[in-house]
Amino acid sequence: MTKRWSVVVVAGALALAGCSSDLPTDNTPGDPPSSADAVKSEFFDQAEYDRQLAFRTATPQGPDGKPWEQMLDPELVDTAKFAKPDGNYTLCFSNAAVNNPWRQVGYQTMQEEVKLHSEISTFTVLDAEGKDDKQISDIQSLTAKNCSAIIISPNTTATLTPAVEQACASGVPVIVFDRGVNTDCPVTFIHPIGGFAFGADGAEFLKEKVKPGGKVLALRILPGVDVLEQRWAAANEIFAGSELEVAGVEFTDGDAAKTKSIVSDYLQRLGQIDGVWMDAGATAVAAVEAFQDAGVAVPPVVGEDQQDFLRLWVDESLTAVAPTYPTYQWRTPVIAALKILKGEQVPKEWVLPQPRITGDNVASYVKQDMPPLHYAMCGCEEMPGYPGPWK
Amino acid sequence: MTWRPRLAEGTAPALLFLLLLLIGLAIVGPAYSEPAGYLALLKRAAPLMILAIGQYLVIVSGGFDLSVGALVTAGVVIAARLIDGNNSATAWVIPLVLGFGLLVGLVNGLITTKLLVPSFIVTLGMLLVLDGATFLWTGGAPRGALSEGFRMFGRGSADVPVLGAVPWSVLILLAILVAAVLFMRGGTGRALVAVGDNEATVRLAGGQVDRLRLLAFTLSGLLAAVAAILLGGFAGVSAQVGNGLEFRAITAVVLGGVLLGGGRGSVVAAAAGALSLEALFTLLNLLGVSGALKSAVQGVIIIVAVAYASLGGGVRQRLRLWPKPRDSVRSAQPASS
Repeated sequence: MTKRWSVVVVAGALALAGCSSDLPTDNTPGDPPSSADAVKSEFFDQAEYDRQLAFRTATPQGPDGKPWEQMLDPELVDTAKFAKPDGNYTLCFSNAAVNNPWRQVGYQTMQEEVKLHSEISTFTVLDAEGKDDKQISDIQSLTAKNCSAIIISPNTTATLTPAVEQACASGVPVIVFDRGVNTDCPVTFIHPIGGFAFGADGAEFLKEKVKPGGKVLALRILPGVDVLEQRWAAANEIFAGSELEVAGVEFTDGDAAKTKSIVSDYLQRLGQIDGVWMDAGATAVAAVEAFQDAGVAVPPVVGEDQQDFLRLWVDESLTAVAPTYPTYQWRTPVIAALKILKGEQVPKEWVLPQPRITGDNVASYVKQDMPPLHYAMCGCEEMPGYPGPWK
Repeated sequence: MTWRPRLAEGTAPALLFLLLLLIGLAIVGPAYSEPAGYLALLKRAAPLMILAIGQYLVIVSGGFDLSVGALVTAGVVIAARLIDGNNSATAWVIPLVLGFGLLVGLVNGLITTKLLVPSFIVTLGMLLVLDGATFLWTGGAPRGALSEGFRMFGRGSADVPVLGAVPWSVLILLAILVAAVLFMRGGTGRALVAVGDNEATVRLAGGQVDRLRLLAFTLSGLLAAVAAILLGGFAGVSAQVGNGLEFRAITAVVLGGVLLGGGRGSVVAAAAGALSLEALFTLLNLLGVSGALKSAVQGVIIIVAVAYASLGGGVRQRLRLWPKPRDSVRSAQPASS
């Protein structure tokens, strides 16, 4: 018998030793508060950070109450060479994926936007299903299809750049939105303010609401995605300049069960968590539930504009903030395409406002009849047919 | 003569490993100095333990069930869509989810036994079918919501006399575990192990090999549906809920000392393996080790456990630096001897 379990014990010990020798740099228990040793993320870019933070308070140009038509600090370019005033447009769209609720709500909104414009006779969509290689061939086949304009929501930045350049070279106006590409050949690149502003919105809120010395748990989805890295880089920067202690930085894979387990473990380990920062709100409800199930008060928490979180926020009177990456940005590429085809000027970089939901206005974003994973910032409430297609 | 608990072969080391982990938890986490902490751990581990029991039934009879993770995801997504936040729908959706698990298990078993396709391939195919179907049906993101009544089983607690509030999932787990132990000690359970050990002998002895295998797959599917109900209750709707669960269940079973390929191992040890895995991950979290290493740990465990199982009792001789002459003769033989 001794032989048997001695090996099992050794296996366990090996596994433990193997793991504890490779600790991540910034969340070892007992470390001094991370403000002392915060390492700037390689994704941090001071100039861009300053620009995005300034955009948050800037006044956008464009019609009031229609943020999807507004633009921040636009540098307009002439599009006369693309003008096709006769209408009857074939609009083409290469979509990275529809594999999460955010993209689902966005894509639905875009389809409804297309229906608003009778000039668009055909709307051709190819879904790359989250695969770079499929999107490259999708874009190639769209360039051969007599499109009046091509809208591209790239799956990844670097890999899709050559394909976008090829599309530009075909002479058809190209519009890129959501994630960017490393070329300025598209007529316009549409995006909300950006990841730094998103991350800063949440971090500044915690800095204000959590008492100095309070322990903040940072939950991230996964490393290496530039949009998400920017959010964390900004938050890290703000936490470093605050009295807050970052007690841990954990990756949740966007999995609710994992999130709940991580938060419960931290609650046990630290006894108390004074704030939760998240780089995306999809698992915010799970994080809040971990506090509820442990029978402790929910600390200030950063979520996003999904209905399940907003409802919980109102029902439980949470102290929370919801930075948004608004889904109304899916309306803008269609509007931009029509502007270009009519020869009207568009901004080279079309920066959309990126509102955040606070305790003061959260009640107005709660829509009881919408699905729990619906994103409130869809700009779709006034569209004909709402809410049917979004359900 | 004093009474000694009858432990099946391989149960003791698995229980001992678990005990060490629990002691480790008690030292590291202040919450584990009282029963509530362990109840919380059991609650969290319950879905995986139930999956491991199902997986054990299949593995011990000589098969694999890779479809359970996808089945859990499908179960949660289907339940969310059908319930759609409406509490009154809970009563018929739960049997429907269980029936769905049963059906998937039945199909796995029928294809394996009647069409003679290896179960590894059948269930891998089923994994892809379920993943694809779930994706198609939901358009990539789950819709709807689970009701309070549905979530109660994974999240809520029942008032038990003496013990106080015990999570529902723990009660369900205990019921299933007791049933599984009784089943494995009965004639059918023993025959199931015999099928994994030597199928031909069972057949020649007049055993219903196909029927036994079919039963194992069906039960595995049913238990996966139970795990889906608990996991959906624990954490809510998510399309990632079942990701990688099949491998965690297999790791747990192997960690419990159950022989891959069948014929050896106990169901208690398999469940203990699942609890050990969850306790290990909790311990790593409490120690401040990032979750990124979890899969590496899982890999090490699988390799070490399988190596240990195939070497059996000869480990000490083989690991000896200066083997005695007779050992060196033995080590010249193939490692599988």
